[in-house]
Amino acid sequence: MSVDTILSFEEAMEKYDPVLGFEVHVELNTRTKMFSSAPNVFGDDPNTNVNEVDLGMPGVLPVVNKAAVESSIKIGLALNCKIAESCRFARKNYFYPDTPKNFQTSQYDEPIAYDGWLDVELEDGTVFRVEIERAHMEEDAGKLTHLGGQAGRIQGADYSLVDYNRAGVPLVEIVTKPIEGAGSRAPELAKAYVAAVREIVKNLGVSEARMERGNVRCDANVSLRPHGQERFGIRSETKNVNSLRAVEHAVRYEIQRHAAVLESGVPVTQETRHWHEDTRSTTAGREKSDADDYRYFPEPDLVPVVASREWVEELRATLPEPPAERRKRLKEAWGYSDLEFRDVVNAGVMDSIEETIAAGAAVGLTADAARKWWMGEIVGRAKAADVDPADLGVTPQAIVELNQLVVDGKINNKMASQVLDGVLAGEGAPAEIVEKRGLAMVSDDGPLLEAIDAALAAQPDVADKIRGGKVQAIGAIVGGVMKATRGQADAGRVRELILEKLGVQG
Amino acid sequence: MAAINRDDVAHLARLARIEMSAEELDRMAGELAVIVDSVKSVSEVAGEDVPATSHPIPLSNVFREDVVGHVLTPAEALSGAPDSEDDRFKVPAILDEE
Repeated sequence: MSVDTILSFEEAMEKYDPVLGFEVHVELNTRTKMFSSAPNVFGDDPNTNVNEVDLGMPGVLPVVNKAAVESSIKIGLALNCKIAESCRFARKNYFYPDTPKNFQTSQYDEPIAYDGWLDVELEDGTVFRVEIERAHMEEDAGKLTHLGGQAGRIQGADYSLVDYNRAGVPLVEIVTKPIEGAGSRAPELAKAYVAAVREIVKNLGVSEARMERGNVRCDANVSLRPHGQERFGIRSETKNVNSLRAVEHAVRYEIQRHAAVLESGVPVTQETRHWHEDTRSTTAGREKSDADDYRYFPEPDLVPVVASREWVEELRATLPEPPAERRKRLKEAWGYSDLEFRDVVNAGVMDSIEETIAAGAAVGLTADAARKWWMGEIVGRAKAADVDPADLGVTPQAIVELNQLVVDGKINNKMASQVLDGVLAGEGAPAEIVEKRGLAMVSDDGPLLEAIDAALAAQPDVADKIRGGKVQAIGAIVGGVMKATRGQADAGRVRELILEKLGVQG
Repeated sequence: MAAINRDDVAHLARLARIEMSAEELDRMAGELAVIVDSVKSVSEVAGEDVPATSHPIPLSNVFREDVVGHVLTPAEALSGAPDSEDDRFKVPAILDEE
């Protein structure tokens, strides 16, 4: 395996414009497979979710899963595609043991959805429109494990073991048109595009959208052309780039590699590349050749899918608000600054904040208060526990109660933090924890006045200063009272009482 | 429809990883040509008013509800396999594709 020369990204950008293209495969989360009633479940024991259809036994008849078609139409609609009035399945013929049928049932010249677009937002808020060529229905392949030789690598393997649980799982393949004009932001756009698709299918509820499980997989096409040239360069296709970060890195690497090839004066080879996370580089797979002669032909065992306009509109009516529109609406409603809102989104607490505000609507919990709790208290704890903030175990209702305890002056912020620890430790609702831990603020003036007397007596010089008009010296007395009450006094009230006692205007 | 010649058969055999002798290629090319010619006669019969179809019966939207049905046990699934290991099909290493 030879190591490719690469140019620096900046040099590559000085001379060339990248053109991108993506094929994103989305595994649907239907209960059963695309053409058989075997379960669609991840992680089960090998070959336990297969039946005769999945194994391509002679004489079996595939039947289309209606829910998978509906999910596919929803994806098409969410990507602003046209939905075909009628479309067919086709056989994509190839010989490889990941399919026991020697063909993949897919769609060829008649995809269910076509001619769409997706507005992709980059991190600084720039919106880049990506045109969608098509989204078509197909089935996933089985999983091969290569053994012997260098374990896990296909090179040098002695044999492979095949698990067909995944064979036949419904897939939607989303294909973009060539993406031009991204320039040096191409790697960032690549990541943002895949993230946007993932977010959309997750929001639609049609896929688990977990990239680490292969629910969303990306093939990235990259080519370069000199500035000013109309004609596209020769592209490479980097297969199965399966994390958002890897998509960004792979596109960047391929741009650098192509640039080096072009600079050396030889044409780029049209080929498949494999992404290696460990070295953050790609290596050559096979060249495009007659092995790509898939001999597509219409699938004779399946009849056309006719999507009546009524059906399409019924499905359109079920679509949730698009994620980008929802973000825009919430940001305006909450009155957060760009930075505040971006932090909230990046921290993954937008949904939690929305739920908290809804739960606290009756008691007037503000958007700023909700943000303060989640960003200030919970995100840090979640990070420390290495879980998503929403999974930490704090309910919006608990936040509302906690906030109300502070608003009502029952506890102060410092105590609230301790109460939150109690909530996380499973000690009960905030009010119970306040009681159990004896955290309530001393609201009765009696004990406070006693503590104030003691503090003034302990620091007569400070008391004199305050009497003399140096009100800012009051901190020392307040501090003494807080210490005496073990932090359970309302500092504001203590201040008022001290001033009253000394007959000084605050 | 183009006729099937010997080169087409050799190409398909290579794609399918089937080793065929020169005699077999000759014979298969001849046999496939006969089949293609027979099918071709259908298109001669079908007039302009008969649209091309991939299915003999004019059906659409034959769907199945998304309800889990029967599965095979791993032993059943593997019963016809030439070789297996750890409840999985065991196949020779194939080098040219990941």
